[in-house]
Amino acid sequence: MADFRTHLMLCAGTGCVSNKSLEVKEALELEIEKQNLQNEVEVVSTGCQGFCAQGPIIVVKPDNIFYQLLNVEDIPYLVEEHFLKGRQVEKFMYNPPDSKEKIPTLDEIGFFKKQQLIALANRGLIDPEKIDEYIGRGGYKAAIKALTQMSSEEVIEEVLQSGLRGRGGAGFPTGLKWKFAAGSPGDEKYVICNADEGDPGAFMDRSIVESDPHAVIEGMMIGAKAIGAARGFVYVRDEYPLAVERMIKAIKDAREYGLLGEDIFDSGFDFDLKVNRGAGAFICGEETSLIASLEGNMPEPRVRPPFPAVSGYNGKPTNINNVESWATIRHIINNGAEWFSSIGTEKSKGTKVFSLVGKVNNTGLVEVPMGVSVREIIEDIGGGVLNGKKFKAVQTGGPSGGCIPESLMDTPVDYESLAKVGSIVGSGGMIVMDEDNCMVEVARYFLAFTQQESCGKCPPCREGTRHMMNILTDITKGKGKPGDIDMLLEMAMLVKDTSLCALGQTAPNPILTTIKYFRDEYEAHINEKRCPAKECKELIHFDILEEKCTGCTVCARNCPVTAITGERKALHVIDQDTCVKCGICKNVCKFDAVRIES
Amino acid sequence: MINLTINGNAEEFDENSTLLEASRKLGIKIPTLCNNEFLKPYGGCRLCLVEVATDRAPENSRLLPSCCTPVSKGLIVKTDTERVKKARIFILQLLLARTTDSQELIQLGKELGALVEEGALDPVGEYLANRTEKTADTKCILCGLCVRVCSEITERHAISFYKRGMEKEVRIPFNKVAETCIGCGSCAYVCPTNTITIEEVS
Ligand SMILES: Cc1cc2nc3c(=O)[nH]c(=O)nc-3n(C[C@H](O)[C@H](O)[C@H](O)COP(=O)(O)O)c2cc1C
Ligand code: SF4
Ligand code: SF4
Ligand code: SF4
Ligand code: SF4
Ligand code: FES
Ligand code: FES
Repeated sequence: MADFRTHLMLCAGTGCVSNKSLEVKEALELEIEKQNLQNEVEVVSTGCQGFCAQGPIIVVKPDNIFYQLLNVEDIPYLVEEHFLKGRQVEKFMYNPPDSKEKIPTLDEIGFFKKQQLIALANRGLIDPEKIDEYIGRGGYKAAIKALTQMSSEEVIEEVLQSGLRGRGGAGFPTGLKWKFAAGSPGDEKYVICNADEGDPGAFMDRSIVESDPHAVIEGMMIGAKAIGAARGFVYVRDEYPLAVERMIKAIKDAREYGLLGEDIFDSGFDFDLKVNRGAGAFICGEETSLIASLEGNMPEPRVRPPFPAVSGYNGKPTNINNVESWATIRHIINNGAEWFSSIGTEKSKGTKVFSLVGKVNNTGLVEVPMGVSVREIIEDIGGGVLNGKKFKAVQTGGPSGGCIPESLMDTPVDYESLAKVGSIVGSGGMIVMDEDNCMVEVARYFLAFTQQESCGKCPPCREGTRHMMNILTDITKGKGKPGDIDMLLEMAMLVKDTSLCALGQTAPNPILTTIKYFRDEYEAHINEKRCPAKECKELIHFDILEEKCTGCTVCARNCPVTAITGERKALHVIDQDTCVKCGICKNVCKFDAVRIES
Repeated sequence: MINLTINGNAEEFDENSTLLEASRKLGIKIPTLCNNEFLKPYGGCRLCLVEVATDRAPENSRLLPSCCTPVSKGLIVKTDTERVKKARIFILQLLLARTTDSQELIQLGKELGALVEEGALDPVGEYLANRTEKTADTKCILCGLCVRVCSEITERHAISFYKRGMEKEVRIPFNKVAETCIGCGSCAYVCPTNTITIEEVS
């Protein structure tokens, strides 16, 4: 990369690509040629840079100038101004929601400032399809060290001492898991990377595989050496074609460089990897069903013990870790356990990647040290709630997690603290909700997901989640009965206690936490047939305020079912029997005359 | 041999046995629906749940399926606590809310206290008994015995599960009599709800 004066790090992650970043790239290259800058300026396609809401994104190196929301039409101007005339273009810089000042460089943007990158260390810095760029940034150094200078025991000890806990959901200590797999008798062992990621709103793992596949491979090489495995699988969610493609290419390149295959680095150690596409269901991410699916069987969880470390793929000792866990390993080997364990809290070490979505200004991927508060993530990194609305709650840990209300926003984000308030770190989903979100509806939404994704093997999960969803649906429709809250709580506890796998055991969490923190909303639905957030359609109606309506007729003309009548310049009225509660009138009225009542 | 305590009795058991086998040896009755001694344990129906702790942390107990939990040293097993009874009643009530056509389930429901006269039900039982529509139109409770007997014993693989969650069902491939079916009747024999019938086809 040294010959060029400037590098344009253009995001070619899934989010930016869907916002036409590849077209922007083409336009950039064309324009650079046109201005005869092709020997000075190089465009590099990177993986997701995390700030997907602002895509397409480019970062200009070496100065780290951050340009966002680019269109193909903007490119000639941008190239001429910045790269020919050397003038930075303010127009394309980032504007924080609550400020008039544009921010020129990446390092000064709140979204990036509080982040600390370990699993995402190469974010925006390399082309994920070029193994040389990964190696150029210190890649495969840790693998060489582990394979040629360390014993298996030393590798395991380092990971154990680092305090790393699994990033896939359960938070089990990674070093301990490796120790079990290493100690299991058998000369045929396997390692697996779990990239099945199926939580709604989560894309941490997809992003890592797409933007830094070699980091995952390197982690798996080290893990394989530690437990004595010669083969591994990367199990990628079927809906992630780009991740599959990048991983296949990365494995092929690593093989060509002799990093995978036989007698790697003349160490006598053999290791090779294969990519498998997921079978297309959330439950395939559960480790025992994932293994069943790899074996060609129906993806159904089975009772543990035996754990995969004793009896996994084809009944052989198998170590399965999450993408982010694997991508973190090389840094622990390179920098040492002590360095890693100096980050985070007493029992939750290192950093964690979260995907921040929902009603928040800066949606995207964030990696923060364990122990930062929910508030810091949402306010400082996320830039606060969208449209100046009031924060209500954040759901962490996806459908298995719980929601955290405003009063607990200072809770540190680590395994113990989140468990204490009834939620989990989980795989790292964070869905922000504002005052317009009905918390009964939130619980219903997650139960609708889990009941659909239940594998159906055990009755509490298969039947119980369906009943709980039905009860919640009734409540949102004003058909709840007194006593339903306590009945739901009882059923939730029974489902947790009797389900076979963690899907059923955690499915009631959204119900338990929404009742714990928002019981008054449930009561309003049941006792007063009222939805305080004004979201549940059956419990609201639209009204036009006499003192605000100017009789402009816009609402009447836009109503799809002609439910609104009124003369020009006179009060308009909604016929409640015809109205289908679509909300269009409220959106089109310029005088804020349409109100939702509940 | 392995030493553990079941319902207060410390006994020795063969190390390859399960908690279900160990309990039965002591004459303790544990209901089961998806278990068959000739098939691999499945752990699906959850009826055989027992409360298990270890002597290192006796207050920290969990419900585990006795049919697939191997005996191990120092376990404290309770087969008859309130928690266990409530769990079993809940499971049966869920199954009865699925189908009431199975005499076998009704019988079991009566034995375990899941089917009681009006007024004696707790709110969850009341909801499941009276406030929901039946969730399935078959007697099948998806215990998987038929699927497993056909693959593990007869090795015909003529029937399998299809779909997931509430849509899950037992099917023969492509919904017609599989060429691999030898009409042995094993599946009908193991079915706890008498869902499967064997017919002559010409
Ligand atoms: C329903 C369900 C879905 C899961 N999905 C995933 C997943 O998509 N990715 C993942 O890494 N772990 C998932 N897990 C957790 C895995 O079973 C397993 O704990 C994890 O892969 C272990 O890796 P770790 O120790 O590095 O976290 C899921 C668990 C359950 C119960
Ligand atoms: S808890 Fe749900 S997903 Fe897990 S085995 Fe039971 S039915 Fe399947
Ligand atoms: S909410 Fe929709 S249907 Fe109802 S009056 Fe307004 S525009 Fe018409
Ligand atoms: S009768 Fe047919 S389907 Fe049933 S167990 Fe025998 S071979 Fe399998
Ligand atoms: S048909 Fe009978 S044996 Fe087969 S799964 Fe259903 S209940 Fe079990
Ligand atoms: S895809 Fe470009 S920033 Fe995420
Ligand atoms: S008999 Fe043990 S779970 Fe069904």
